Amino acid sequence: MISPVWDRAKLAMRLLAIDPTGLGGAWVRARSGPVRDYLTRAIHSFPGKMTKIHNGISDEQLFGGVDLSSTLATGKVVLQQGLLQVPQVLILPMAERCPAELAARISGALDKQHGHSLIALDEGFADNEGLPSALTDRLALHLDLEDLPLGETDAFVVYDPKIEAAIDRLANVSVPAQTMTDLTITALRLGVISMRAPLLALRAAKAHAAMNDRSEVNTDDLLAAAELVLAPRATQFPTNDDDDPLQPPEPPETQPDDMENIDTKSSATGDTMQAPIDLILEATAAMLPQDLLDRVATQAALRTATASNGAGSKTKGNRRGRPIPSRQGRLDGISRIDLIATLRAASPWQPLRQKMAAQKRDGIMIRPTDIRTKRFTESSDRLLIFVVDASGSAAMTRLSEAKGAVELLLAEAYARRDHVALVAFRGEGANILLPPTRSLVQTKRRLAALPGGGGTPLAAGLKAAMEMSIAARGKGMSPTVALLTDGKANIALDGTANRQAANDDATNMALKMRKIGTPSLVIDMGPRAQRPLEALAQTMAAPYIPLPRADAKRLSAAVSTALEG
Amino acid sequence: MTRPFPFSAIVGQDEMKLAMILTAVDPTIGGVLVFGDRGTGKSTAVRALSGLLPNIRAVTRCPVNSASAKDIPDWADVPDEGMRMIPTPVVDLPLGVTEDRVVGALDIEKALTLGQKAFEPGLLARANRGYLYIDEVNLLEDHIVDLLLDVAQSGENVVEREGLSIRHNARFVLVGSGNPEEGELRPQLLDRFGLSVEVTSPKDVDTRIEVIRRRDAYESQTKAFMAEWQTHDIKLRKRIVAAKQAIKHCETPNETLRACAELCIALGSDGLRGELTLLRAARSLAAFEGTLTVTIDHVKRVAPSALRHRLRRDPLDEAGTTVRVTRAVEEVLG
Repeated sequence: MISPVWDRAKLAMRLLAIDPTGLGGAWVRARSGPVRDYLTRAIHSFPGKMTKIHNGISDEQLFGGVDLSSTLATGKVVLQQGLLQVPQVLILPMAERCPAELAARISGALDKQHGHSLIALDEGFADNEGLPSALTDRLALHLDLEDLPLGETDAFVVYDPKIEAAIDRLANVSVPAQTMTDLTITALRLGVISMRAPLLALRAAKAHAAMNDRSEVNTDDLLAAAELVLAPRATQFPTNDDDDPLQPPEPPETQPDDMENIDTKSSATGDTMQAPIDLILEATAAMLPQDLLDRVATQAALRTATASNGAGSKTKGNRRGRPIPSRQGRLDGISRIDLIATLRAASPWQPLRQKMAAQKRDGIMIRPTDIRTKRFTESSDRLLIFVVDASGSAAMTRLSEAKGAVELLLAEAYARRDHVALVAFRGEGANILLPPTRSLVQTKRRLAALPGGGGTPLAAGLKAAMEMSIAARGKGMSPTVALLTDGKANIALDGTANRQAANDDATNMALKMRKIGTPSLVIDMGPRAQRPLEALAQTMAAPYIPLPRADAKRLSAAVSTALEG
Repeated sequence: MTRPFPFSAIVGQDEMKLAMILTAVDPTIGGVLVFGDRGTGKSTAVRALSGLLPNIRAVTRCPVNSASAKDIPDWADVPDEGMRMIPTPVVDLPLGVTEDRVVGALDIEKALTLGQKAFEPGLLARANRGYLYIDEVNLLEDHIVDLLLDVAQSGENVVEREGLSIRHNARFVLVGSGNPEEGELRPQLLDRFGLSVEVTSPKDVDTRIEVIRRRDAYESQTKAFMAEWQTHDIKLRKRIVAAKQAIKHCETPNETLRACAELCIALGSDGLRGELTLLRAARSLAAFEGTLTVTIDHVKRVAPSALRHRLRRDPLDEAGTTVRVTRAVEEVLG
């Protein structure tokens, strides 16, 4: 019994063989195993050149450049061609680890339509790994073979005379105007916003038509294209024009709001030709996973999460930072050569090489093995932002313990050369007691002088911390926010003593904190654990650590664990 | 080489197209930032630029496309072959590019094989007098972005390293694009882009269908499609060339200057760069439209692009900066 998923996968591969450039390629989610082997073996029957690439591929290999080994051997500049200069199918295993840089380069090549296509083999676990969206958007075919049992698959061959004939026919396949309308509307109803999706679906429909020896795209072709290209991209169940019982309660946050405003009833469509659309929508809707909305939400969360470790928190090995001894390496366009070390490595061999050389040459003879590249270590600085509640209620209970804990953490931070900053909130607002610094002495002094008393403007404290962490990230630091409070917010952002508004503001700020994605933790320093504060921590997606009877040592141990984890 | 999709054939996205045209008329406006969803035609528009822009006269085989023999940098070994017309360079700067490839570096190969100390020009040299395009500018490493903006401002690239001391002209219009969901740009960098536009997917079905129709025609009936749209591109190119001449004679009445200043004060934008860009963009628009006086109406129309990225961010303001600019325009300029 062959699974319909597998049938679709086979169809997808055939279409890709017919129009590799137009479709851009395929994104295959499957763990390495016999099922994937069937697929990769089939891929190898594709016509034309095919190359396996890896995530660490160098620019030289991609774009071509000087072939250093031959250049040094011959004493003349020898150029080699790059993979992106020769039309071919690229296969990228472990695509879930594809760095954004590589994705950008491949995207550029795909956009040029010079005969490249990519098959990305994604072995990502769960939902928190995956191909960069720059690529998923450009690859027409999305296949999920994750849970496919081996028994429901079979070996197959993609390339046969039928496909070859289809390739010849492809250029002559025409598309009726109505088809484009149908495709556009189908994509919209499925919540697919990118304009690339319907374009790729159109190419898939044409390839499908060519395969079935049709000179004009018909409903069957559209159906196949919608199933292969649009359905995997759907972000909502198909909506109906007039009354929409299937309309999801609320679109996920990152989805542009204008989705709702898109006028799906347009003059061009009218109501007469709705039949094929309904047919296609029905078929694709049946394919959509029941947990579609959850998935969309996780993907959105994933995107924000990746945003949070954008530039700055990255560490690079060979360009900046503290130098460490250079090492034998290749000139890959990324690392920098250490000339002195290279010459030093080459010099002992000179007499020997001069003797070996066919003709006498002036200067030092250098072989690729001599080349030494510079290395640097750089760790992005961590910034620990303490947001301390110094209100009256906190002061009465645990302020001194909190201070003790902060001091202990400071000592650790000092040992790790972390930066620390101190924000205190009391009375009507928050004060930055200490901007990001490494000075332990200064921090201790400010902390000791921290007075207690007044209301609890929790929202103001969070706001100050958030602004500080955004600024810190801009400077290339990785901020972490530690909030120490007893959680009884009673001062709103505007400084008024209104418990309800204060709570709303705090929740609101917590949501923003989560949105910007700074790691944080909430320490409850109240006499007993409090539900509202736990809820707030949840809103912030931060670990909640109630420490009703903890002393400074235990507090700091808990914070350290939370930070490391 | 497939010819890029024609600029005029891009459906909608008028603000983005206008911003690019304005910088073509007056490159001193200084760069365009395009932020928006995937698949909205950002890269298509930039790549189309190379087909739209007028050719420039440059010294043959000069690595920095010099306009005259006296501009040729002293390190370049340029054979005396006179001048020729070349297309305005539109250089792609790929993500993850190294500093060496951007600014140029010691030509290691030459150094090792021939023992010569030679300079290998980088992307900045190639982009001189043209455009430099960075896709996903928000993911580019900070030090590269700093460097680019620095060069874009000063118009000169200076390389001091590995025993080299090299300088050459690097005047280009920086075009950056990106998807804000994947990371934001630092405010300091935002401010250095002259204009910023937000693109969204087209909202009505008819526009979306038209996008697909044209793209399909471009791919399946390339010749006929290109022939049809190239005439539009040529017309547009003529207008740009005419505007480049006309802008020298554009007059700016005092009331327009005042309007620019008042608008910037009302919005609390930092520094004077906002006013200057606003004025330049308005003048460029006036020239493009063939009027020789810069009116308040011109200012109004370019205000969102010129100012929306210069406002202080308010984490609690959901409305977004575009709305704030439009509101201020209505209040101040009526």
